[in-house]
Amino acid sequence: MNSTIAFRNVRYAVGGGRMLIHDVSFELQRDETVVILGRSGSGKTTTLKLINRLLDPTSGEVFVEGKSTGEWDPIRLRRHIGYVIQDAGLFPHFTVERNIALVPSLESWPEERIRSRVHEMLELVGLPPGVFAKRFPRQLSGGERQRVGVARALAADPPILLLDEPFGALDPITRSEIQKEFRDLQKRLKKTIVFVTHDVREAFLLGTRIGLMKNGQLLALLPADDFRKLDHPEARAFVESYS
Amino acid sequence: MNVFDVMWTNRSQVLQLTIEHIFLVAVSMAIALAIGLPLGILMTRMPRISRPVLGFANVVQTIPSLALFGFLIPIPFIGGIGARTAIVALVLYSLLPIIRNTFTGISGVDPAIREAGRGMGMTDSQLLWQVELPLAMGVIFAGIRTATVVAVGVATIAAAVGAGGLGMFIFRGVSMVDGRMILAGAIPSAVLALAADLGLGAVEKRLGRI
Ligand SMILES: Nc1ncnc2c1ncn2[C@@H]1O[C@H](COP(=O)(O)OP(=O)(O)OP(=O)(O)O)[C@@H](O)[C@H]1O
Ligand SMILES: [Mg+2]
Repeated sequence: MNSTIAFRNVRYAVGGGRMLIHDVSFELQRDETVVILGRSGSGKTTTLKLINRLLDPTSGEVFVEGKSTGEWDPIRLRRHIGYVIQDAGLFPHFTVERNIALVPSLESWPEERIRSRVHEMLELVGLPPGVFAKRFPRQLSGGERQRVGVARALAADPPILLLDEPFGALDPITRSEIQKEFRDLQKRLKKTIVFVTHDVREAFLLGTRIGLMKNGQLLALLPADDFRKLDHPEARAFVESYS
Repeated sequence: MNVFDVMWTNRSQVLQLTIEHIFLVAVSMAIALAIGLPLGILMTRMPRISRPVLGFANVVQTIPSLALFGFLIPIPFIGGIGARTAIVALVLYSLLPIIRNTFTGISGVDPAIREAGRGMGMTDSQLLWQVELPLAMGVIFAGIRTATVVAVGVATIAAAVGAGGLGMFIFRGVSMVDGRMILAGAIPSAVLALAADLGLGAVEKRLGRI
């Protein structure tokens, strides 16, 4: 199997039997960016957590680089995958600098290399290190926190990235700037990316393919142009909300 | 002669008993921390043991301190007359606030932050040392502070089992019906408790700020 990420008949249920993910199957090729659209509560975050094994499927299997996540050492798997958490999820007692340095320091990079990498990442997400490096998350705006979350996920240069509504808290202008930067980054960095959003414009801008989730099911996973023409009420609703 | 005259005349003994008192409290606290912190942490990893452990610590705390000292005297190895019995009793008394606050402090860390750490690939021990303990430190320290202040007070009873400390003056004063003598033990003990409270309180405040 050549796909970087694959779901095979994945179901995920919580205690009490409630199904959060219903029989989801798909494959993602290397260096592809898939954007997952879906309403609030449709199971997007749950899907991402099944990839880095924060959750284990109730039935079915998730494969990362050909190996079932159950066979991966979870620590190795997670350090192999950059994860941008919805609402950033920064450590409140770490400075911005230390938050971004987290995975490199877990991987015992030399001090000097970590420092220069952190500065590089801060520049990348448009936060001048001189101003932001020493601040604590509570001293940042929501949008700045999100950007630190993106920098943290990129810091150790993982080949796979999961982004859970990474730009949700940004104003429209900054948002469209950072989206463009992200698109350039995508071209340069060559990563396999799963990007969750409920912003259709963002999906069309960044996705090589677009997936649509509803009630824990993956209704479709198609190239952007085909997605636009898709004749499904949920897809129509999303596409129309954009135009 | 007023209280302070009595203390001044017996100044070398006041000093000696104060040192004994501090020694009893310090040794007990060190042992209670060595037991209570790992136990509190373990409870967050094995929630099933948390109820019985907290239950035991709770029950110990409800035994009147004089009775606890008395119970311990006839027990071989840990009991008998002297500092050892007193230290065992003080350790038992100090455990509850330390265990409870370690457990609740760590359990109280926002699950989203814990999940973020796991998502970044932290191992359980990295999560504990780098995230959970630092974030719980304020609460844990509040427990240590409570335990210390209680121990300073309870240590006055150590004199009843021959362990010395400022309780010597208090028991002597009681048997001689001499209020000044009682105060000669009670005042330094209260000062110690206050100093511990303020000192540890200052540390706690600094830890809580993160
Ligand atoms: N631990 C849990 N126990 C029970 N239900 C849960 C649990 N976690 C999530 N859910 C439910 O599962 C559904 C999917 O949640 P998920 O977080 O994947 O949604 P989402 O698509 O990411 O939504 P949003 O866009 O609001 O972030 C929701 O209805 C949510 O209430
Ligand atoms: Mg979500």
